[in-house]
Amino acid sequence: MALGDDALVLSHRLGEWAGHAPVLEEEVALANIALDLLGQARFLLSLVGDEDELAYLREERAFRNVQLVEQPNGDFAHTIARQLYFSTYQELLYGQLTAGDGPFAPLAAKAVKEVAYHRDHAEHWTLRLGDGTEESHRRMQTALDALWRFTGELFDPLDRLDVDVSALRDGWLALITRTVGQATLTLPTGPQSGAWTAGAGRQGIHTEPFGRMLAEMQHLHRSHPGATW
Amino acid sequence: MTTTAPDARTYEAVFDATVAADERIEPRDWMPDAYRASLVRQIAQHAHSEIIGMQPEANWITRAPSLRRKAILMAKVQDEAGHGLYLYSAAETLGTGRDELLDKLHSGRQKYSSIFNYPTLTWADVGAIGWLVDGAAITNQVPLCRCSYGPYARAMVRICKEESFHQRQGYELLLTLSRGTEAQHAMAQDAVDRWWWPSLMMFGPPDDESAHSAQSMAWKIKRHSNDELRQRFVDICVPQAESLGLALPDPGLRWNEERGHHDFGAIDWDEFHEVLRGNGPCNEERISRRRQAHEEGAWVREAAAAHARKHGGTPGEARA
Repeated sequence: MALGDDALVLSHRLGEWAGHAPVLEEEVALANIALDLLGQARFLLSLVGDEDELAYLREERAFRNVQLVEQPNGDFAHTIARQLYFSTYQELLYGQLTAGDGPFAPLAAKAVKEVAYHRDHAEHWTLRLGDGTEESHRRMQTALDALWRFTGELFDPLDRLDVDVSALRDGWLALITRTVGQATLTLPTGPQSGAWTAGAGRQGIHTEPFGRMLAEMQHLHRSHPGATW
Repeated sequence: MTTTAPDARTYEAVFDATVAADERIEPRDWMPDAYRASLVRQIAQHAHSEIIGMQPEANWITRAPSLRRKAILMAKVQDEAGHGLYLYSAAETLGTGRDELLDKLHSGRQKYSSIFNYPTLTWADVGAIGWLVDGAAITNQVPLCRCSYGPYARAMVRICKEESFHQRQGYELLLTLSRGTEAQHAMAQDAVDRWWWPSLMMFGPPDDESAHSAQSMAWKIKRHSNDELRQRFVDICVPQAESLGLALPDPGLRWNEERGHHDFGAIDWDEFHEVLRGNGPCNEERISRRRQAHEEGAWVREAAAAHARKHGGTPGEARA
């Protein structure tokens, strides 16, 4: 469920870009990534129960996504930084899942290709923005810094998953360090999760914007109890 | 259709013969300036409509009431961005640039379809747009697959396939609502009430007022008149509305045995002209949103261009 919530929430955030992207090609790319993630979310939530019941009728405290994916889009650099951090993690995680033969195997086989594309997209934009103009460099650095504290939580152990998630951290850090360096940016230093900062999404403790996101997402569904759509 | 003939009269004769033979004019062929200008106007307006048309539907992505519907809607809005891209490419074969066309859209010098100046107020509007607006677009566009200008005709073949798919999904969305709870049925009826007349206006002014029609038909850019297509659309929609269990909001609508067509009530052309003049319910919002996305994205496009210059690549996604 945690992985399904990650995909569901990030997909929703990317869906908010529709009609707002800086170039038409990015309208297509962001919607494409959002759709991939929504497909993953539907598969994962269906393993647990009814996808719509889970998406539309749970309250904030029952969602298990990491706080990183619920962060508002911000400017394009923030969206790209969020994508870079998350898609790199997801690629490593799904890579591990394909090796197993659990219930995730059919998803992982398809999703590894999708997330490889997502990471490629995020890396290319990190390079373009980091090593573009002075302004884009500044914005990209700001975004990497701002979202850094939400990355620690990615490596919290996940229940009922035979992947040692915390072991993914080194590989993740190596990939991110390489990309960020190539982009002439610096990787933020300091704790990835601090005492008063991120780290509890998996326990249903979220950031303030998340409730508002859910209110919008769930409003229509909740207004018509029992209806089919 | 290339030629090495020396004088304009010969070029023109080749062009006329190509059109008369129902063959395609291709980008490097000679063509009359007015033909080129007319195509640029029409294709650009068509591309702009795809781009502006993303807004009323994107308005509901974050509120779609089921994950399945959300996926369908996201895919549709993505397709529309793709259609905009094909069409800008088709327009570029005529010697214009996407930047220039977008600039004309943003400054109001080029138009987009009047229909997208109406608001999407409920979820059912997403279905009404699929059924009626995409339905009208298809009725208009299927004949364009045989348009005399090759790149436009080929773009339309791809676009029409995807549009038909969207139209069926819109119909199915409305059908689900119509057969759902009382509140859902009422929502569907209300949406059809609001979108029916604006959809009929999508075919443009009546034939006797249509400035470009005669010439476009002679050039085989258009194949049928506005009124012919509008009639065809009404005839298609009436039985579909019946199977949907929804009423079309026109007391004058009835089958005319003699004509073999449905008669229908008078369109409010004053409203049509007001919307075209920029005074529709959402004209202001649509254009400002579009401009805002473009302006706020400027630093991203500049970054991509600067990166490409440094690294010897092409700007790729940096294009405006």
